[in-house]
Amino acid sequence: MSDAIKAATLEYATRLGDDAVVLGHRISEWVSYGPFLEEDIAYGNVALDYIGRARMFYTYAAELADDGRTEDDFAYMRSDREYRNLLLMEMPKGDFAYSQVRQLFADVYYTLVLPELLHSKDETLSAIAAKGIKETKYHLRRSREWVLRLGDGTEESHKRTQKAVDSLWGYTHEMFDMDETEQMLADAGIAVDVSKLRDAWHKMVSDILTEATLTVPEDGWAVRGGRTGYHTENLGHMLTEMQIVHRSYPGCQW
Amino acid sequence: MTPEEQNFMRKIEAEEKIEPKDWMPEAYRKNLIRQISQHAHSEVIGMQPEGNWITRAPSLRRKAVLLSKVQDEAGHGLYLYSAAETLGISRSEMIEQLQSGKAKYSSIFNYPTLTWADVAAIGWLVDGAAIVNQVSLQRTSYGPYSRGMIRICKEESFHQRQGYEAMLALAKGSPEQKAMAQDALNRFYWPALMMFGPHDSESAHSQKSMEWKIKRETNDDLRQKFIDQTVKQIEVLGLEHPDKNLKWNEERGHYDSSDLDWDEFWSVINGNGHCNRQRIEHHIAAHDEGEWVRDAIAAYNEKKRAKKAQNAA
Repeated sequence: MSDAIKAATLEYATRLGDDAVVLGHRISEWVSYGPFLEEDIAYGNVALDYIGRARMFYTYAAELADDGRTEDDFAYMRSDREYRNLLLMEMPKGDFAYSQVRQLFADVYYTLVLPELLHSKDETLSAIAAKGIKETKYHLRRSREWVLRLGDGTEESHKRTQKAVDSLWGYTHEMFDMDETEQMLADAGIAVDVSKLRDAWHKMVSDILTEATLTVPEDGWAVRGGRTGYHTENLGHMLTEMQIVHRSYPGCQW
Repeated sequence: MTPEEQNFMRKIEAEEKIEPKDWMPEAYRKNLIRQISQHAHSEVIGMQPEGNWITRAPSLRRKAVLLSKVQDEAGHGLYLYSAAETLGISRSEMIEQLQSGKAKYSSIFNYPTLTWADVAAIGWLVDGAAIVNQVSLQRTSYGPYSRGMIRICKEESFHQRQGYEAMLALAKGSPEQKAMAQDALNRFYWPALMMFGPHDSESAHSQKSMEWKIKRETNDDLRQKFIDQTVKQIEVLGLEHPDKNLKWNEERGHYDSSDLDWDEFWSVINGNGHCNRQRIEHHIAAHDEGEWVRDAIAAYNEKKRAKKAQNAA
């Protein structure tokens, strides 16, 4: 592995780890707040999958960095300006419709991204993708079912779900942006060229929204910045909470 | 005794399980519903004090373990609600009783979790005390409850181990971590002992429950088991035992210990704990906020059914 590729892969693994830990954290906020007990269990499951995925990406990033850092240094010792997650993942949990719509957007995204990542020339990334594909199949089945039921349920659930779709839509565009780092890795057969997945994502999501009697928004607005560390105000608060204990006792083992 | 009663008591004596369709005295049924639903509610309310730390867990590994533990508690709540449902009460009725205060949950969850060490202490002491009780309940006379306990015990022992292991990491850590561990032990030790319930002489339901083999060992015997097994664990942690009167009694083959502060016990049960209101309000708020979601499912299913019927016609 050349130094440039190694550095870029470290950055890439960190980004994917950031996506997973931030979304996992947001989902975990639902535990004991679900609409019924079965949902608390389901939310716990999905959150666990994402935290597990974050650990694998960070462990790999730490291995590439080879500077004594561990997975926890990546998760707990970086500030929001250093985090590189997609903005969609950091949006607050909102109501049940909001969280399920975000989940649908993310699940469809991973349904497309992970099979590509499976073909990565980087064996570790490919192995993480293999595990993620199985999980995502279950996640998507669940979020799709929920969006169908909420969209085509009562007037209130429809209204809430449409509102969620409309408020989250603008954060989905950057999921398909490429920058120099990812382009270089994609050219080397390591990273996924997400720009090629945009149309498939739009089609899959539109089909589900339409079946759920929801309106697919126009592409009028697009917020960008996650991959450069230019976040919404939400991430700082989330990390403050997530990192408080770890940072209050520097250098401790838990 | 009627022949039905005779047959029921014969099964109890012979250690045969009572199954949902079997005849049982009304008081047996009621007693079981009370105990099983209280147990289920404890699992569900217990998700809150631990859930309080999921978003602040100090490492990714601890976060994952805690998530998985709290998820197990929800699962236990489900098995137990199902076991109680076999006695002719619905989950929604039980939830109503919890929210109205008619049904109780373990008073241990009325104590606040103030530091990360409290999560470790709950895993170690609270789940530890629960296991002592539940191991005994694996032999309970009601079949579905007994089978539920066997399943739950397997998972609880994992919880207890992870709690102890988290405590060990703190006790062997920095001075601040050790102090945090000691503080959590000092606060949770006594309420954990109270989890076994009042002295046998004061326990309203104990006698009949023993006779019917719903309960297999008395509150005081189970508590003594827990006191005995915890001494060595505290030693290994290198923490100070909160009970200054603890002393090995050669003759009894058990540790003698301080009397518990039963005034505090009843005071917390009766609503004066730090979290009594908060726990129930949290449960009600989540339940109420979920109403539109449950309504949506019902409406969606209804639409699907109507469509299917139309297609069939």
